Amino acid sequence: MKRLLDKYITKMVRQGLAGEDSIFFLGLDAELESNRPSEAGSTELARVFEMMNINSLLYAEPAEPYRSIICSLTEQGEEKLTPSDCETRTFLHDIPVIEELKASEIFKALSRRKAAIIRGKGIVAHGTVSPEQAFVSFSSACFSAFVKFFTDIMFSLEDCRKKNLPADERTRRSFHDIVSKLPPDGISENPVAPRVPEQEDDVYASIVKTGTALVDNRLVDSYFGNISYVHGNKIYISQTGSSLDELETCIDAVPLDGSSSAGITASSELSAHIGIYRATGKKAIIHGHPKFTVIQSMSCRREGCDLSTCYKTCRIPRFIDGIPVVSGEIGTGPTGLAHTVPEAMAGRNAVIVYGHGIFIAGSDNFSTPFDVMRTVEQKCRKEYFRAMRRLL
Amino acid sequence: MYGYTSKTLRVDLRLKKTEIISTPTGLNKKFMGGRGFGVALLGKRILNEFDSPDMPLIFSSGPLVGTAAPTSGRSSVISRSPLTGTVMDCSVGGKFGTALKKAGFDCIEIVGIADSGVTLTIENGRATVEDAERLTGKNVEEVRKLIGGKGSDAVIGIAGEKGVKFASIVFDGHYLAGRGGLGAVMGAKRIKAIKVKGDGAVPVYDREELQKAREEIMRLLRASQAVFGELGLSEFGTSAFVDLIHSRRMEPTDNFRATFYDFASSYSGYRLKNRYKTKKTGCAGCPVLCKKVGERGEIIPEYETVSHFGALNGNNDVESIIEANRLCNDFGMDTISTASTLSCYAELEGAVPGPDEMLALIKKIAMREKGPGEALAEGSYRYAQLQGRQQLSMSVKGLELPAYDPRGAYGMALAYATSNRGGCHLRAYPISHEILRKPVATDRFSFEGKARIIKIAEDMNAVVDSITACKFVFFAASLEEYAKAVSAVTGMDHDAQSLLKTGERIYVLERHLNSLNGFDINDDDLPERFFAEEGSSSPNIQVKPLDREEFLAARNNYYRARGYGQNGVPDSDLLVSLGLGEYL
Ligand code: SF4
Ligand SMILES: [Zn+2]
Repeated sequence: MKRLLDKYITKMVRQGLAGEDSIFFLGLDAELESNRPSEAGSTELARVFEMMNINSLLYAEPAEPYRSIICSLTEQGEEKLTPSDCETRTFLHDIPVIEELKASEIFKALSRRKAAIIRGKGIVAHGTVSPEQAFVSFSSACFSAFVKFFTDIMFSLEDCRKKNLPADERTRRSFHDIVSKLPPDGISENPVAPRVPEQEDDVYASIVKTGTALVDNRLVDSYFGNISYVHGNKIYISQTGSSLDELETCIDAVPLDGSSSAGITASSELSAHIGIYRATGKKAIIHGHPKFTVIQSMSCRREGCDLSTCYKTCRIPRFIDGIPVVSGEIGTGPTGLAHTVPEAMAGRNAVIVYGHGIFIAGSDNFSTPFDVMRTVEQKCRKEYFRAMRRLL
Repeated sequence: MYGYTSKTLRVDLRLKKTEIISTPTGLNKKFMGGRGFGVALLGKRILNEFDSPDMPLIFSSGPLVGTAAPTSGRSSVISRSPLTGTVMDCSVGGKFGTALKKAGFDCIEIVGIADSGVTLTIENGRATVEDAERLTGKNVEEVRKLIGGKGSDAVIGIAGEKGVKFASIVFDGHYLAGRGGLGAVMGAKRIKAIKVKGDGAVPVYDREELQKAREEIMRLLRASQAVFGELGLSEFGTSAFVDLIHSRRMEPTDNFRATFYDFASSYSGYRLKNRYKTKKTGCAGCPVLCKKVGERGEIIPEYETVSHFGALNGNNDVESIIEANRLCNDFGMDTISTASTLSCYAELEGAVPGPDEMLALIKKIAMREKGPGEALAEGSYRYAQLQGRQQLSMSVKGLELPAYDPRGAYGMALAYATSNRGGCHLRAYPISHEILRKPVATDRFSFEGKARIIKIAEDMNAVVDSITACKFVFFAASLEEYAKAVSAVTGMDHDAQSLLKTGERIYVLERHLNSLNGFDINDDDLPERFFAEEGSSSPNIQVKPLDREEFLAARNNYYRARGYGQNGVPDSDLLVSLGLGEYL
């Protein structure tokens, strides 16, 4: 258990989610283990295990800018946050807000949800199978709060503008404060070489490398995204719930003729990947959720539309930097992105999914898709701030 | 009361009397429904023999049954197993539970033994026991034709009548209370068939909230590759697992002497789908429809069945696998136990029967024909024990192991050993995380953390079988979403943790009832083979024998996680703390 706790603590630190000193991670098999057993926080968290049928519990004050973001989002007494992006909405539904790091409060919130925010302090999350669940929920909550903060503030300023009201000072201040804490954008060099994998081994190697590059450059949080490559009559794709920076043993080789279902463990976007390959003939596909791309994908609030259904039923053509933005829920359902993305991809190399992320296809190597992902993200970030400057 | 009919049907077969009573109050709060109701109603009557007139046979639905909650068509059958002697519950699909509830009942409790063959007919609040000697000696298909009509039915074949220790009950011709021999309990009571028809409505507390919960669950199902993906359950049924388990080198082969079968692709999901041009079908209230039927009406077997009549018996003849499944369904016998008992026989005899001989043996077992038929009808454990070779029965507590080799998934190893009903993959279903990576992946070759994982998962599945829902949904959704559905249906305030607590209560009660019959730590073990022999390793995947010390340490951790004593049995403090004092 300790080994697993340490593994996810290291990941949190490396991915800029929290500093090591602010993390409490507890796990229970027969014995309760904690990364900081003698501290008071640990004692309180340990009490939660007496109340709940769980095997792991994580509390941390997130690193900046997440910390300031959750403070800002919860400072008006909100009882819960409802994520506006599609992926976290699907899995988290909402994030309750509690007042104190108290076992009874944590018990109440986590009995219903995977993660909760402690107002002004941090995020707490649990697992029933592995500490990994707590880590994933923590990371999702950070992502979701980030997207929500920047989306909400843009919408509220737009509303002020429409009503000819000035932006309130508090909003303005918190925005500037958080922006000052954002990591700089930009990657100097494309770390993914434009090499065409020739043997099966090369295919595995280049998927692994690309995954690590995407995570290291923070274009995707490690769990949000998938990568595939078509070689011979198979599509090689990252497995469901795999971490893009740990793909060595997590790639499924799926025959394109469907003749084996061993790939039932493949990414939930397998169908979209196969669809894209069939629609374009392009072999190297990456999908991720770069934050400003997601934020900009939702920047449409067309009059007359039912804004609660944009993510699944919008059919009105819209483009970001020439890339179409389509609706689509995760998976193969009637409004699923397994249908909308391949359709929009014909004749192109990228499609953005409303409130979700971006799919990019390269003809035979991952270098170009990687480039597209980072340039689109940079452009979305620039465009976002340009729009905000106009509004502020 | 919302979500329940509040009525239970009591049937005494000796007197041919039926009686409608109120479902005991408080049962819903403490035990939810389905499996929970069954275990609670069974209680100390577990001390009776399975064929005693006082041993109840219980059919029970849950609060979600008959509502808009996805996969709400399942119900449970509960009694004492003739095969294992433990509490035995089977979750069954089809539309029986839905029909029962619409007919106005939460449960049926059957006691007594009829003088000669009878049927029970239930229609909209009324029930009758009728003579049905004409059905005696007939198999399921024929009986279903003879009793005909609309509604749902639960039928036993000849195997149940003859007391084959692993006889099953067949629902709607396709769905099974397969494991543990509940068909023989029905046979001992001389009740050949139950027919249920109803068109009442199930009262729902808050339809709008239920609709919201449904949408959340459906969204997760659609997002799941394992459920709705192009390689998933909805497309291929559970035979989608053939290729997967094969690629993980953990398919039990030749009575578990190997873990890799070269010819598994001859009965893979893809092969079955194309060869039989399958169509989807499934349980009432289920959007997934994981059951498959061929274009000529052939019932396509589940993964366990194809793998055990295939790899486990060294048989790559797909037609004979389909036929073996048909025979088992028609005679009413559990396919896992049948196939595993046959492979035990093959190892003991030192000769593998060919496809025709295999089919002939199945009939002999079902008819309890003198010779191997009669001997094997007792199940692999009793059969091998008589020959002084019980270690060749690949079973736990006498229940034959399904098609996941424990050397390839250590959580599965622990879960097989500790399961309340014996060698069953579904009590804790660790395949979900060890193989399918849901909700997250765990290291399948490690016991690390598994004790508590198994404990929590057992609690979860106990309550899932009680609300009731299908375990397959939990590859995608979680109790978080289902708690919302349960609250919306019943008006009770449930969350994931309160449901888990209910599951724990049910699970510990089962354990306690088993302990009254003498079950303890000595029964929580695996066949020696798994500690002594290596599986079929490859350069990339090593399938080592299980380390005995590690296994025992994990088992000990499991007892601690459960709060059991050293002997693996709950004490009175634990029972009282879970509100089970009345069962002491
Ligand atoms: S998934 Fe399959 S077994 Fe489960 S309820 Fe649906 S049809 Fe029945
Ligand atoms: Zn995505």
